[in-house]
This record gives sequence, structure tokens and C-alpha cells, in this order.
Amino acid sequence: MTRVKPQELVEQALAASTADDQIAFVVESSGANLRWAANSLTTNGSMRSRQVVVISFVDGGAGMAAGTVTRTGTPDVAELVAASEQAARDAGPAEDAVPLIGDAPDGNGDWDAPAAETSIGVFTDFAPDLGQAFGEARDRDELLFGFAEHRMATTYLGSSTGLRLRHDQPTGRVELNGKSPDFGRSVWAGVGTRDFRDVSVAGLAADVERKMGWSRRRVELPAGRYETLLPPSAVSDLMIYLYWTMEARDADEGRNVFARPGGGNRVGERLAALPLTLCSDPHAPGLEAAPFQVVGASSGSASVFDNGMAAPAVNWIEQGTLTNLIRPRAWALKTTAPATAAVDNLILEDPTATASQEEMLAATDRGLLLTTLWYIREVDPQTLLLTGLTRDGVFLVEGGEVTAAVNNFRFNESPVDLLGRTVQAGRTERTLPREWNDWFTRCAMPPLRVPDFNMSSVSPAS
Amino acid sequence: MSARSVDESFLALPLSALTDAALTRAVDLGCEHADIRVERLRTQTISLRDARPEASIDGEDLGLSVRVVHEGTWGFAAGVVLTAAEAVRLAEEAVAVAQVSAAINTDPVELAPEPVYPDAVFVSAYDVDPFEVPDPEKTGLLTDLSEQLLAADGVEHVQTRCMHVKEQKYYADTAGTRTRQQRIRIQPEFTALTVDRATGSFESMRTLAPPVGRGWEYLTGTGWDWRAELAEIPELLREKTKAPSVEAGRHDLVVDPSNLWLTIHESIGHATELDRALGYEAAYAGTSFATVDKLGTLQYGSALMNVTGDRTALHGLSTVGWDDEGVAGQQWDIVKDGVLVGYQVDRNMARLRALGRSNGCAFADSPGHVPVQRMANVSLRPDPDGPSTEALIAGVEHGIYVVGDKSWSIDMQRYNFQFTGQRFYRIEGGRLAGQLRDVAYQATTTDFWGSMSVVGGPDTYVLGGAMNCGKAQPGQVAPVSHGCPVALFEGVNILNTVQEAGR
Repeated sequence: MTRVKPQELVEQALAASTADDQIAFVVESSGANLRWAANSLTTNGSMRSRQVVVISFVDGGAGMAAGTVTRTGTPDVAELVAASEQAARDAGPAEDAVPLIGDAPDGNGDWDAPAAETSIGVFTDFAPDLGQAFGEARDRDELLFGFAEHRMATTYLGSSTGLRLRHDQPTGRVELNGKSPDFGRSVWAGVGTRDFRDVSVAGLAADVERKMGWSRRRVELPAGRYETLLPPSAVSDLMIYLYWTMEARDADEGRNVFARPGGGNRVGERLAALPLTLCSDPHAPGLEAAPFQVVGASSGSASVFDNGMAAPAVNWIEQGTLTNLIRPRAWALKTTAPATAAVDNLILEDPTATASQEEMLAATDRGLLLTTLWYIREVDPQTLLLTGLTRDGVFLVEGGEVTAAVNNFRFNESPVDLLGRTVQAGRTERTLPREWNDWFTRCAMPPLRVPDFNMSSVSPAS
Repeated sequence: MSARSVDESFLALPLSALTDAALTRAVDLGCEHADIRVERLRTQTISLRDARPEASIDGEDLGLSVRVVHEGTWGFAAGVVLTAAEAVRLAEEAVAVAQVSAAINTDPVELAPEPVYPDAVFVSAYDVDPFEVPDPEKTGLLTDLSEQLLAADGVEHVQTRCMHVKEQKYYADTAGTRTRQQRIRIQPEFTALTVDRATGSFESMRTLAPPVGRGWEYLTGTGWDWRAELAEIPELLREKTKAPSVEAGRHDLVVDPSNLWLTIHESIGHATELDRALGYEAAYAGTSFATVDKLGTLQYGSALMNVTGDRTALHGLSTVGWDDEGVAGQQWDIVKDGVLVGYQVDRNMARLRALGRSNGCAFADSPGHVPVQRMANVSLRPDPDGPSTEALIAGVEHGIYVVGDKSWSIDMQRYNFQFTGQRFYRIEGGRLAGQLRDVAYQATTTDFWGSMSVVGGPDTYVLGGAMNCGKAQPGQVAPVSHGCPVALFEGVNILNTVQEAGR
């Protein structure tokens, strides 16, 4: 589609640089999607794009400053580099300034190979299978809604310190939502995927059909604290929020939930009663993510100076104890603590857990089984109190069996607090977050049993 | 409409050549309808942490997309190479997408008619293009304002962020419409934090200034007095840290426009999007309790409630000349005297529900995304004879005055919501009696709007808004404004958030 190769664009940018240092990266991306409602297509698309980012570093005497300029397409490289250098000269000294990375991390891809691509062809088999599922749902007087997307992004990152790093990132997801014609019953199933070869429309449709069956009997329950089984998807949405909050600098400055009264942070403090490990691993099978940092803008949790920094596996919580926070190199130097980079996946595991969700359900005398959580927002950063709602299936479990669907609830809960109150974790499995899957799809989580989940009020929504 | 013109650098793009190539190819391939959009989106976000540079990103997203209706099925393709050959390729790919999608399409697409606008131009109302202001001048002013706040007693940290956007769009379709538009918007924010290291507690307070469809002049004295607001924040923050915790229960609420805009956005704006009511967003953003069978009969709120949809409001974030389907901007009623009377629609939905003309609510947030039904500026009209804020508070014996937005959440049919704010004041005997802490209000949409007993006058009306309203899959963000006066709501359920956290 474009004549200049992405690698050449990176080299041209680096060659044009007159700054003290430069990072240049190009992200070649392609994507295809299908969206449907009430057993019929609503929107679709096939997209290709190229993002070119140049970050220049200029020492103005008072300290190193950085300037980032990003453009799509195939921009004029000289103009782009000049704009980036001007932005750096116009900026004040950066607090996060440290020497750029010079050593390539492990797990680097083939620099010279062309970018990976996807297209609408990824749905050639999927679409007819989905059409068949629509027909079967129609026969049951049910409606299917949902979305399928596949994206491929190839990143080429080069630096004036000699880095030439490449990473291919496939991202796919399917969500299938079943409803009765009056929308009174609603259930959900979803999966994340790298290539759609492991996606079974029939399997997802069967899951939806089973839950629609569970929903035929309905009981109303009031707000209150309930023993609750959180399935992996719901757990992932809560843990992702916790992960996004794990900024060491904010904790050290006393302004997030990981700040310790009296000063410092809570690293070393036991957060979970169970031996839970929360980790990220760029090489986790099926959840592979970039093993190095690609940063377009500095923040408390990432630095443009850390571009190309290795992002190895890291345990954030180990055996229930907080062990690491996200810490760019500059803040690590300032606080004599290890630098740690966020990875684009998240895994929660109790290594001693063997029970499946079905086994946990069978062992439940009376409780609620949730499907997904929705509209999660922070109410109080000090406790990381989050509010949100249950969605597409709250089921009453009695005597080890699902006996009815229950009304939805608004919850008010802190994921940090929740870890401390969780009494059982099941086997970890790959899952698709419901709320955050626009940004985060690579998760493996266990189902959790919480004895007293706070259902703050009833939601009449179905 | 502004006397300004669309930048020559955008008009100099090969718009006609791209149009001819894409639309001709689409027609040749048998499409019933085709449109092309060429868009350039400039964004700059400047972030400061404690008055020192944290990040400045200058971005430009330039690309094109072709959308077709082929044998009754949508097809869409987008790319970034602005050549006639690529426009042809996108037309072909859009048709291919439609052909794959036909396997799951059972509702043939038809579009509501709209007049043809062969040479339409719109430029939003602003004085100073922020992209023409030198970066040192912008960063310098933000640093100066941040330092003013950081120098105050008790303010330990200051987060500063200013985002500005210049959106340029060209739209053309097979009916003959050609529109060229340029819009500018800006969102500055300053947040002060105080930290008590001994106890581990901390508290924050953010400026109330809304994002608006204005230029850099917004930060230099037009439309908001930043220095005056920043001067007040430290004392307000100190008072907040010492404020008593709220007593949970039913309270009368006086809700300031700086908070009420978001309640309108969530409980009215989204609830009256017809795509939601029809189920198009059912698997993601959700549906709506305000279903089409209730149009004209649903008692949405008290008889004092009048809400309009508006794509023409001055400085509105959702204000356009024409939407992304070539439909002219309009204003219309959504709730009249408390009753649901209208929806926000695009051309396909208007046709589907026999509503006649679309009211112009199609929008795509980038050249890479398909237009979907997005929100107009949805606003609560003031009472022409309504009171001032002081007079309204004077009429409340016991209550709470809510200022500024913070946390927000609502269920997928737009019933159950929970909001917090920047500041909550106790009202006793018609007077403010100090701040309260740990407050959230929780209600059901129709109960809440049904409890509205006083609507403030025109002098209390403020245009609030958001730059990043999320919807659709793949996810898109849209800017939207919501105007409203101050209003009184009786007997609203107040939560104590510390108790909710189980502490």
C-alpha cells in the first residue's frame, strides 16, 4: 500500500537527526471487524494505518528534554524530525531523563521482515458460522448481539544508540451476547484470540444457550453483601484496574492505594490471604506481548527515555504479598529501587488451586455467580474503591446448582480489599475482560470466591 | 458560523481526485450508496507534573475512508495513503467487506433522504488556533498557572493537562453532497493534591472549567477566569480535608451545572440515542429504558424538565455544520414538559423507524473509523423565570450542594447511577454550612428527574461537557457538550463512600 518500508522510515528519521539522541518507531497496523445486533449485521470495517513517531532528545544545559511528534501515513521525514527537535528545544528539562537504552533485549523479532497483516479474510469461515448461530438462535426465539475484531500491529523501533527492535502483536476478540426478544433475559460469552483459529462460534453459542436456559427462572434479591463467585472475566476487569494503579511514584508520594501511612510504599505487605500471584509475562503462551518498552509519552508509569528497555516477566504480587510496582528507570534511580516495566498482559494464579469454576459452583451452598462487570469507575483512590454494575447474568446458586437468574446490582468494592477477603481461587484460565477489552485482552485469571461482595443497590437493567 | 475558513493546507489535499476515484469505482461495482471521508485530526496534549514538563505530544492523524451500501449491506474500508489508486482500492475493499458481511445481514440498509449540499463549508467559533501558538508560550502559561497553585499552603502536588484538537473533515457522497469543515476544541485541567503522610490520607480538587469548542483564548481570559479559580482551590482543598463525613440517607440536593452536565450526559444523552434503544449497542455500551414504544408517553421527569438535542450550540463540542453523513446540524426536542418526545438518530435509523429526516447525529472519531450514531449537545433548558443559585439554596432548609464532577457510573439501560463530585456543601437554613466528605449520590434516572422541583434561571446556565465519550466497537471517542442550569432534586439517596468501602 505504501512505497517506503517502515524500517526505511525509521532509518531515514535517525539519519536526519541533529539532536543529541533520537528514538523513532513505526507501527504498521491492519484490522478487520464485524458487529451485529438482533441476529443481523450493523457495522463492519477493514482498516490499515501507519503511525510514525519521532522522539528527539536535546540537552539544553539545564538538563535533557524530549519532544514527541507523531504522524500517520508516510510523512515528510525531514519535517517530522525537525518538528520533533523543535518540540524538544521548546520543552523544559525532563525529570525522567536518563541515558537511552543501548542493549537490545531478548526476544527481539526479525527487523528486516515485512509487517504482519490481517484482513477481512480472517472472517471467511467465521461469518458463515455466525450466520448459522443466528439461525439457530432465531429458531429458539432468541437474539444474538456482538462483535468480532482482529488487529495486527507490527512495531519497528530504532534509536540513535543502535537499537533495532521489532515486534508483531496480533489481538483478537469475540463477544457474543444473547437476549430474549423483550431483552428481559441477557447473557454473555467472550474469548480473546491471536488468530481466530482457536475460536469456535458453536462453542460460544452453546455457552450462551446454556446461560439463557439458566435465565428462564428469575428471582429478585435485595442489595446486600453476598457470597459471590466471580468468574475469570469479572476478576480480570478488577485486576486490570488494580494493575493500572500500580505506579511506584504515586505510591512513594503518598497518593495512591499502595502508599504506606508514615511514608513510602506498601511493597512487602501481605495483600491476599491466599497464596495468590499476580504477574505479567511477555512470553506467557497465548498471551504473548512485547518484551520491550515502546513509549510515546512519559507519565508516572512509563518514560520515553526507557524505550527499548527489556520488559521481562515480573511478579507484582507473590504468594499474596505486594512485591513490585511499576517504576521507570529515572524514578528507580531516585528511590534506589528496581526499574520495572508494565507488560501488556496480566495473570492471576493460586498455584495450589485445582478447582474448576463448575466445581466451585457445585461446592456452593447458597451464593451468586456473576458473569461480567460493567462501567467500573474509581470512587475513592485512597482505598481504590471502585463502583460498577453486574451485567448479562447474575445467577443464584443453591445446593451446588444454578437455580435462577437474579436482578443486576451496583457494587462498591476495592480490588485490593477484595484480595484480602477472597477465600478460594479456582484454576487459572485464559479470559476476555468485558469492560476493558478495548485496551486489554491478554489475561488469565481464576474464578474467585468472595464471602461478602458488596452489592450496594439493585439495578433494574436487564 | 465563523468568518474563518478551512486551512488551505487541508483544502490543498487531492479531495476531488480521491472522491472521483472512490465514488466512481463504488458505483461501477454496483453500490447503491457510497461516501468518502478525508480527515486530518491534529492533537496536542501538554502534561505537567508539579509544574514541570512531563510530556508533550503533537499528533496528526490523516487518512481517508470509503463507506458503501452494496446489495443492502454496509461495507467500510480505511487507509492512510491519499492517492486515487488507494481510493479505488478502498472502494473495492469496502465492497469486499460488504460481501463477507452479507452472510450475517438480514436488514437491508436504506438511508433517510437529506437535501444535497454541493459546496458546504463550516468553521467553528474560535479566536486563536492553538496550533498557531508557539509551544513555549503554551507551556509557559500552563507552568505559570501550575506554579501559582503549587505555591499555596497545603498543596503538595499539581497535575496539569491541556489538550487541544483541530479536526478537519471533508465528506462527499454519491448523491452529490460535498462538505468541508474545521473545528477546534480545548480541555485544560489543573488538579491540586494534598497529602497527609502520617495518616496516609490524601485528597484532591480539580478545576471546574469544562472543555469547550474554543481556541487558545480560553486560557487567556475568554470564557473562564483561570487565575481566580486557581486562587480559590487551596483554601477549598484545605476545608475539604477537614470536612465531616456525610451521613448516609435521603437528602435534598442542589446540583450545580458543573456536576449536573454529567448526570444529563449519562442518564438522558445516552438513554435517548436511538441506536441504543434499538439494540445496536446492546452487547457493549448497552440499550435504553427509553424504548421506542414509550415515545410520546414516557414520563421522564418532572414537568419542569425540558431537554433539547442541538448540533448548532455556540462553542458546543458536538456542534457541526453537517454530520458525517452529510446531514445539516439541527436543534430539536428530546424531553418536553417531562415527557420523552425525541431521539438522536442517523440516516439509517431514521429510515428504519420512519422518522423522516435524520437529525444529524452520525460521527466518526477518526478517518479509520466508521460513522456511528453519536450524541448531539444534549442540554437541560433553564426556567426563564428561575432563581439564581443563591436564591435556590436560600429556599432549602436542609440539603447538600454538589459542585464539580468526579466519579460516574450508570447501568447498561441507564437506570441506576452513582456519581460523586469535587465538592459537597451542607445546606442549613438556606445557607451553605461548610463542606462534607465521602459523598456519592445514587438514584434511578426517572426517580431522579422526577424529583426535580426547582430549575434555575438563565443566569445559572453553563455549557459543560466531555472530550472523550466512549461508544461503539471498535471503540470511538466523541466530544460533546451539555448545557444546564442549577437545579434542586428532593430526597436523593446519599451514600457514605467510606462505609461503602467497608471501613
